[in-house]
Amino acid sequence: MEVKARISAAGQWLDERLGLGPVREFLAHKTVPKHSATVWYYFGGITLFLFGVQVATGMLLLLYYRPTSTEAYESVQFIVAEVQFGWLIRSIHSWAANLMMLTAFIHMFSVVFLHAYRRPREVTWLSGIALLGLTMAFGFSGYLLPWNTTSFFATRIGTDMAASMPVLGEALARFLRGGDDIGGATLTRFFGFHVAILPGITTALILVHLALVQRHGISTPLRVERQHQGAGAQVSQIPFAPNFLVRELMAWYGTLGVLGCLAAFFPWELGDKADPFAPAPAGIRPEWYFLAPFYTLKLIPSHVWVIEGQVIGLLGFGLLAAWWVMLPFWATARDGVLRVRLVTGAGVALIAYVATFSFLGYTR
Amino acid sequence: MKTIIVASGLALLMSICLAAKDSCVTCHQALEGVQSDPVRKYASDIHKRHGFSCADCHGGDPQRDEAEAAMSPARGFRGKISRMAVPQLCARCHSDARLMHKYNPRQRVDQLAQYLTSNHGKRLAAGDTAVANCVDCHGIHDIRTTKDPLSPAHPLRLPETCARCHSDKARMEKYKLSATVLADYQMSVHWKALAVRGDLSAPSCASCHGNHGAAPPHVGEVAAVCGTCHVMMEDLYRGSPHKPIFDGMGVAGCVACHENHAVMHPTPKLLNSESGICATCHDAESVGGRTAGSMAKLIGELSSEIDRSGAILDRARRSGMEVSPALLRQIEAQEQLVKARVAVHAFRVDAVGAPVKEGLRITRETNAAGLAALEELGRRRTGLLFSLAAIGLTILGLWLWIRNFERKKRSLTAPGANSGSGDDLGG
Repeated sequence: MEVKARISAAGQWLDERLGLGPVREFLAHKTVPKHSATVWYYFGGITLFLFGVQVATGMLLLLYYRPTSTEAYESVQFIVAEVQFGWLIRSIHSWAANLMMLTAFIHMFSVVFLHAYRRPREVTWLSGIALLGLTMAFGFSGYLLPWNTTSFFATRIGTDMAASMPVLGEALARFLRGGDDIGGATLTRFFGFHVAILPGITTALILVHLALVQRHGISTPLRVERQHQGAGAQVSQIPFAPNFLVRELMAWYGTLGVLGCLAAFFPWELGDKADPFAPAPAGIRPEWYFLAPFYTLKLIPSHVWVIEGQVIGLLGFGLLAAWWVMLPFWATARDGVLRVRLVTGAGVALIAYVATFSFLGYTR
Repeated sequence: MKTIIVASGLALLMSICLAAKDSCVTCHQALEGVQSDPVRKYASDIHKRHGFSCADCHGGDPQRDEAEAAMSPARGFRGKISRMAVPQLCARCHSDARLMHKYNPRQRVDQLAQYLTSNHGKRLAAGDTAVANCVDCHGIHDIRTTKDPLSPAHPLRLPETCARCHSDKARMEKYKLSATVLADYQMSVHWKALAVRGDLSAPSCASCHGNHGAAPPHVGEVAAVCGTCHVMMEDLYRGSPHKPIFDGMGVAGCVACHENHAVMHPTPKLLNSESGICATCHDAESVGGRTAGSMAKLIGELSSEIDRSGAILDRARRSGMEVSPALLRQIEAQEQLVKARVAVHAFRVDAVGAPVKEGLRITRETNAAGLAALEELGRRRTGLLFSLAAIGLTILGLWLWIRNFERKKRSLTAPGANSGSGDDLGG
């Protein structure tokens, strides 16, 4: 009783100073739809949790990491071999980056298949897609930071792809590299993107994304909505706090356990230090989430008529990305009817393409 | 004025046509079989690339259309070059430093002088036309630089080129030479380095025998020949007690233990006091036999310690442990093993013992580092087990709490009130 009274007093003290009443009120009334597909709602939260893990482990790594081409590799080696629990922090940072990419993809496709992008959540979708792009940029910039052979040459491939884009390609590649080729300037630049620019933009965009989710509430799948409308009933809801929040917390703990297992059983390898003068090792390939476009570009002939194959490939990806970003707008017909089959078909086709080409890119 | 310009133009055109004209090519490419071979082959010849024509070697006048006139001895036509005349013919240009400098400032011009000192050159001078001259190794009308992989004198192709004659038993019998040299060489570490690893600096025939001045090294010269690459071994051998003994016996030092063409990878077995090469001269109980046995034991001990610590480090590395500093130290231990193997050529136990001692000290360090990494791996997994237990208990606690919370709430809510009310408690 004594403890409860003290907590209540502390809450009151904070309430007087921070004005938490409206927040408490909001949480008390916020609900989450309850149906057979509720499980997919957790992935957005898991992605957010993994972003938090990245921020925390990234800050710890910053204590020892040195972003120069002469010291980067050695500093990561020092973190892994000498710093107490450095291996764990570095491994969790690397694995969490990959899991975050995976959960972000799952979250995006769950939004597609549950048709959660539909009116009035178009801007929520756009902010989510922008966050996915930023997550990929995090992956691309962070991959180079250990300055090992694989990351060096994979980054060279990535910036070469950027350079082959028409008109602005060369300028973009030069901006990314900080020169004509990958070097110390690229590392410093990527470090800046990774620890300052991208986290700043991402944090702001996450706040926007969350604010929009709160503004419009959590979407109920179209199928569930129609079933209930047909039966003249309302969709069941569960309170956000504590019912949904505690389950989300359980999912976060589960994710933490998975991260611990991966870090202990499959510590992220450091590889050999990058040698800019050495030839690229055979079979070099980018991270798994870039494998599908990478393999597609490999399949395109060097020239199609008078146009370079890579340019055609990049233009194709650009158009595909633009079409995907605009999904909420073409998903609804002029008469306001949702093109459910088209969207579902497009989602299945995209998953099939990414899975097949990633597999082929990994094995060939 | 107009007439002068037209006439000058025509004269220029005619001079260009005449300069480009080569009746040797015109006629021979119209012929069939071996008569047209030279023209066909010459397309890839280095001399063609540098503007040399048939007449530069064969003489004659390629400006003339009639065969008799073009191939007239009066116009310097030499026809097919005799085997005796080939070296001197090639040397007209290849011994001319000023001319060769035009094509390659670093091109050597002593090929003929070298050739005349070779067994091939001496025998040719004595009238034996069956021996090799320039064209036997470099080709005739399709001569390429030795850097060209298609050249018969390219390092990768040279052993087969020499073997065209030196593996011909009938031909070699005449000179009382073995025809198994290529087969022997192909068993050697040198061949593996050259053909398997593609190391063009690995020794082949010319590396030991010379190219243009090809001759078998004399007994006393063998160590010097091997020593061009194996410098340390040669130095140690020259200061060893074996040198004066082998010299006195007329035995070539390196060859006595390692063979000449079939040079195998040396292992500690070579030093075995009972079955090794040393046992051919030294009894196991003699001073030499005991020295050989001690050196073999020392090298074997370091080698197995390196293997042992290497296996532990490899296990740790494959488990994801960061052991690169220890792996680097392992390379240093390997270097000590190499030093110990080199020191064998001093034929003294103390000379071998010093690098072995240092190598063993390093392997003790790397072994300890590997074992520590494996222990750390075990601790990590134990730590993970506790962490997973803590996470599992927390999840279980949360689940029990929320279930209890929902049950309590449900019991407080009237039946039927949760349907579509916006605060369904789930569970």
